[in-house]
Amino acid sequence: MRRQIPFGLVFIFGIFMVFQFFVPHEKSEWVYEFLLDWIIVIGIFALALGIWSLFKVSVEKIKQGKEGGNYSYITLVGLYMMMAFGFTQQTGDGWGLYFLWIMLCSACIVSLMRLRASTDSGKKRMWALASGGLLVAAVLVAIFDDAWAFFLYTPEGLENSMFEIFFDHIMMPILATMFSLLAFYIASAAYRAFRARNVLASLLLLAALLVMSRFNPFIPGAEYVANASNWLMNVPNLAAQRAIVIGIGLGIVGTALKIILGIERGYMGRG
Amino acid sequence: MRRTTYIVVAGVVLLFGLSWVLHAVSMSGEADGIERAFMITMAAFLTLAIYSFLYKDNPFYKFAEHLYVGVSAAYWMCQAFWSTIVGNLFPRLSEGLSSYFQQPYQASGWNITYWIPVILGIMLLMRLTEKYGWMSRWPLAMIVGTTAGLNFVRYLRSDFVVQVSSTFMPLLGEDPHRWQGFGAFISNLDLSATGQLAAIVSNWVIFIGVICGIIYFYFSKEHSGAFGRASRLGIWILMITFGASFGYTVMGRISLLVGRITFLFKDWLQIIS
Repeated sequence: MRRQIPFGLVFIFGIFMVFQFFVPHEKSEWVYEFLLDWIIVIGIFALALGIWSLFKVSVEKIKQGKEGGNYSYITLVGLYMMMAFGFTQQTGDGWGLYFLWIMLCSACIVSLMRLRASTDSGKKRMWALASGGLLVAAVLVAIFDDAWAFFLYTPEGLENSMFEIFFDHIMMPILATMFSLLAFYIASAAYRAFRARNVLASLLLLAALLVMSRFNPFIPGAEYVANASNWLMNVPNLAAQRAIVIGIGLGIVGTALKIILGIERGYMGRG
Repeated sequence: MRRTTYIVVAGVVLLFGLSWVLHAVSMSGEADGIERAFMITMAAFLTLAIYSFLYKDNPFYKFAEHLYVGVSAAYWMCQAFWSTIVGNLFPRLSEGLSSYFQQPYQASGWNITYWIPVILGIMLLMRLTEKYGWMSRWPLAMIVGTTAGLNFVRYLRSDFVVQVSSTFMPLLGEDPHRWQGFGAFISNLDLSATGQLAAIVSNWVIFIGVICGIIYFYFSKEHSGAFGRASRLGIWILMITFGASFGYTVMGRISLLVGRITFLFKDWLQIIS
């Protein structure tokens, strides 16, 4: 029963979502909207589960003393700091001892992890004392510093300027640089792919060169190149993209049907 | 090796500190100058740390990578909590809860149904326990079933029906170049990119390109004879697409690279204005 009921639920919800499309009634659309809202809410709980998994994996890596396990401290401190910025806010003009509090809590997390990872009783005692001391200091700073406060029930916490600053100066630079890093690897891949060894490779080379020179105003006949490039993107490119999309669409529809009918059951796991 | 690592790390820390101090001095007249100087130095350090992977995998790259994982997980969690849970769910769950969270209550006779996803969400968290882990399959089944049903109709329409219907176009031209006979076509011949000839050629290329592209992906019949020739034409069209996509991706990545280089030279080093 523990496996049969979920398969029944998959069938009922899947069939409902298919049939509601063919029944454009007010009631069916109302249920459809409700179901979409429900999925978003359940998704948030799934996100929490993901964060817990990240925490657990990081702690395990530290505990097992695996190579590179020490970097998990960085993950956990980054996780904690962004969470703290999401639930605290400045109350006055200055930040007071806010950054000291952040540092104390970060150090407390690191020492708690060290405590879990230690096997020697002497070291365990030392890290336990350090964790306790840092925790008490962080609590005292939180109690006596009026420059900032916790906001657990109004979105003011999210309006903490540090939250945006971390997004702009930590998340975005790393993300943009990661993607731009691909430019270097694409250059090396291009060297191998763009050798005009046969007709197919030559077609690839010509199409890529035409698209890359689309926005270059300095090449001779820039207007014609731009027109030819636009035509290439809008006509032959569209034709092949459409052929690929039709294949993908049929694949997704087939997989969805297999899931609804209970033929594909891999998502349920074992046990 | 260990000693070299320590020396490199110490050098980087020293450079970081120096950059921070120099930036803080140059921003001394501005509000929060020290904090902003730190964050600009941090962004530059993280940019260079990621680029250091071009040499080889190293501790600076790993630092930036792990920091990103932690910060982005918390970022999305906070956003989801404030926007979805506090902003949309609590105002529908109960009046008391919404007033506690200082949100306007959205009264409706069906608000009680919003407790169902909350219960399903809690059941999903049961995955953390060994004994009640099986309960997490129910919300999972609901998500999988709903998404499968939704995708069935959505992709059948957008990726199949719409794509096929868009491929079947008038091959001798449509408005404003509707076919009015061969004589009219010759007498009004326009060789420009917006003319009737270009429109006809484009429609033919799309029609034949889609058919031949699909034939190339059809593996239940041997690619020989007329079928093989169509398949050959299909791979040509596909190679043009791969080349165009490659060129397009290169342009996108290069523009990101230019953005990061601009940040380093303009905002961090202040060499260019």
